[in-house]
Amino acid sequence: MIPELGHIALILALCLALVQGLLPLVGAARGIPGWIAVAPQAALGQAVLVAFAFGCMTYAYVTSDFSVLNVAENSHTLKPMLYKISGVWGNHEGSLLLWILILVVFGAAVAIFGNNLPATLKARVLAIQGLIGVGFLSFILFTSNPFARLLPAPLEGRGLNPLLQDPGLAFHPPFLYLGYVGFSVAFSFAVAALIEGRVDPAWARWVRPWTLAAWCFLTIGIALGSWWAYYELGWGGWWFWDPVENASFMPWLAGTALLHSAIVVEKRDTLKSWTVLLAILTFSLSLLGTFLVRSGVINSVHAFATDPTRGVFILLFLAVVVGGSLALYAFRAPALQGVGVFAPLSREGALILNNLLLAVACAAVLLGTLYPLALDAISGAKVSVGPQYFNSVFVPLMTPLVAAVAIGPLLAWKRGDLAAALRRLLPAAVAVIVALAIGLWLHNERGFMALLGLGLAAWLGIGALCELALRVKLFAAPMAETLQRARFLPRAAWGMTVAHLGVALLVLGITVSETWQVEVQQVMKPGESVQVGPILYRFQGVVPIKGPNYTAMQGRFEIIEDGAVVRELRPAQRRYQQPPMETTEAAIRSSPLADLYAVVGEGDAERGWAVRLYWKPLVSWIWLGALIMALGGFLSLSDRRLRVGAPSGRRHASAPAAAE
Amino acid sequence: MRLSYLIPLALFVLIGLGLAVGLTLNPREIPSALIGKPVPDFALPPVQGRELGLAATDLKSGQPSVVNVFASWCVPCRVEHPLLMALRRDNLAPIHGLNYKDDPADVAKWLDQLGDPFTRTGADRNGRVGIDWGVYGVPETFIVDGAGQIVCKHVGPLMQWDIDNKIRPLLRDLAAGRQSQVKC
Repeated sequence: MIPELGHIALILALCLALVQGLLPLVGAARGIPGWIAVAPQAALGQAVLVAFAFGCMTYAYVTSDFSVLNVAENSHTLKPMLYKISGVWGNHEGSLLLWILILVVFGAAVAIFGNNLPATLKARVLAIQGLIGVGFLSFILFTSNPFARLLPAPLEGRGLNPLLQDPGLAFHPPFLYLGYVGFSVAFSFAVAALIEGRVDPAWARWVRPWTLAAWCFLTIGIALGSWWAYYELGWGGWWFWDPVENASFMPWLAGTALLHSAIVVEKRDTLKSWTVLLAILTFSLSLLGTFLVRSGVINSVHAFATDPTRGVFILLFLAVVVGGSLALYAFRAPALQGVGVFAPLSREGALILNNLLLAVACAAVLLGTLYPLALDAISGAKVSVGPQYFNSVFVPLMTPLVAAVAIGPLLAWKRGDLAAALRRLLPAAVAVIVALAIGLWLHNERGFMALLGLGLAAWLGIGALCELALRVKLFAAPMAETLQRARFLPRAAWGMTVAHLGVALLVLGITVSETWQVEVQQVMKPGESVQVGPILYRFQGVVPIKGPNYTAMQGRFEIIEDGAVVRELRPAQRRYQQPPMETTEAAIRSSPLADLYAVVGEGDAERGWAVRLYWKPLVSWIWLGALIMALGGFLSLSDRRLRVGAPSGRRHASAPAAAE
Repeated sequence: MRLSYLIPLALFVLIGLGLAVGLTLNPREIPSALIGKPVPDFALPPVQGRELGLAATDLKSGQPSVVNVFASWCVPCRVEHPLLMALRRDNLAPIHGLNYKDDPADVAKWLDQLGDPFTRTGADRNGRVGIDWGVYGVPETFIVDGAGQIVCKHVGPLMQWDIDNKIRPLLRDLAAGRQSQVKC
């Protein structure tokens, strides 16, 4: 009964989405107030209906109702409660349901918090959200119904893919989707602006918080995914340039560019058509990501749930949404002329450089991701594009970007003084020299890359702090004044500094862990010891253990310092019964300075076990850096300016819109 | 409308067309690098309870042959097994078994219970020969011509369709010395 209620709620949500997608558009075009007013109501109604359906699905999972096909295929009574709940989105149908839930929640949020928007713009934004909802609700209802019944019901479910039974992955998809889908709001704003034919600073101010929120969530989502790959796959790496990783990274790159170009629109009333295009592209890349993951066109370690027939639907949807919006763009964008003029050496110029490099990086990732597919389609040859391509493209693109990130904030709008900015970055230059000296002293065969990375991290980290120090007049004014200034510094400025510091930590983490990590792969017998970097591992053998829904062979490693055992690492090979599958559980001891990482493989007591042991200095700074970037985003999001909006801009913008 | 504003749309149309073609392809179908090459050099002892082992020279006898990579622990092998038995009864070509990473007692029991379609069997206990053959999953089936060149590779269990439309026509063409039209 409850699954049927959920199903009906989804059908009603589709009907309501149609209303939300059509009436307000017509109403806004013809000036029918009643039709315009439908939009927020419909958005709220949809949110309630989809949330109800999601609740029904969750209920079916929590109670292990195996008469629901989806539950029977993906759940199991022995599964811990957390994974019963995360099982809801650990499969194709459920993840779509989560996607739609987040979409309608964002729609409802626009309806609730968008009171300062001009009525027609708000109606159009919500209508576009509604139309996206129509697409996804039809997709789920017509091709992937999560509430389909299975009668007679089996006594036991088939279980969730054990790789997905993990706290990191339980929360990875929701954050990723909050990011992906959050960009739909920026997209809707862009399309609505194209329909209205107007993009102005007020528009940018409305778009920015949504973009920023989506960007923060996506950053966290990607970081969680990378962290999961690091400790769950047991390969010791944290980023593999896998097509599905790229699928989430492309919207991130485009979204980062959008975040920065929206500032230019807001402050300087220029770069309009480019910003609108970025908003469209960012969400299009999110949709493309969905297509790549869900259709199975690309072979990937993430191919948990793929189905080519569904791919056709998503491709058509992609064609309508992206093709339609880009056609609208081609038609309307030429009218969006920028007002502000600026010299190449200026804050605007720096932000354009940022956009250019991020856009090229994004295009390079897109090329690398789609190239195997294109080659297969044209010549039938099977290739895969590996890390070598991406690394060799990324380093030359990111180097000038990171170098410029330190300079950009020190340049004035309109016309900047590069020499003055560089003079202010003197402490950063000193830090670079110190970092290079340390790098040379620690000498390593990957010398050049290590020095480059260390130098960039020092330049950006100290550069960001320099900028902050200048703003609060640290040492240039009495301490009281500095504190006063720090207190009244806009949160957006703090956010920028924190996010840029996050980038510096990320670069440092990547550089140090890639350069100085020590890896030992060998066969070990119980009682043997091995030195891995500064760490002595002693192998104490392997014992069988039993978990709630798996059995495992657990290795024991003692970490020895000065002859005494300081801690123990217990990596394992787990064997799950439902579904039958083996997973590698790396044992990781994280500390701020270095991670100890141990994996135990096949073997027996006579011949010994195959083990892999690592010492990974500063590796956790990679995820710390990403989280700090997201934290900076949230800080900026809490800026008063974004919550209230500048009154002058709003009045200015809403007056003509209301008269339309 | 200025033309430059059409560039994003044009690029998207190109990508969309590529994706549409991509949907019709199977990324998991990987052509073997060994097709058209001679079989790797190897010599394996027979599995427990059989007399004839399998070596590269056995595949260069002038007569085409089928090499089936199988294991008793492999469920899809059990699925294709009756089809191999039927193919054996056709007497089109000898079928040889490459027993991959298996326990000697298990495979003997398996062949005794389900029937033995193989003329020769090679026991590849540690999987070394499997690596030379480019085996990355069991079952896999190779067709080798009389000169010992690999003509065709099939990954995964053989289905009746594969036997009727690939294996049988190919073996007939090879036996008759014709250029085969069968696509592998």
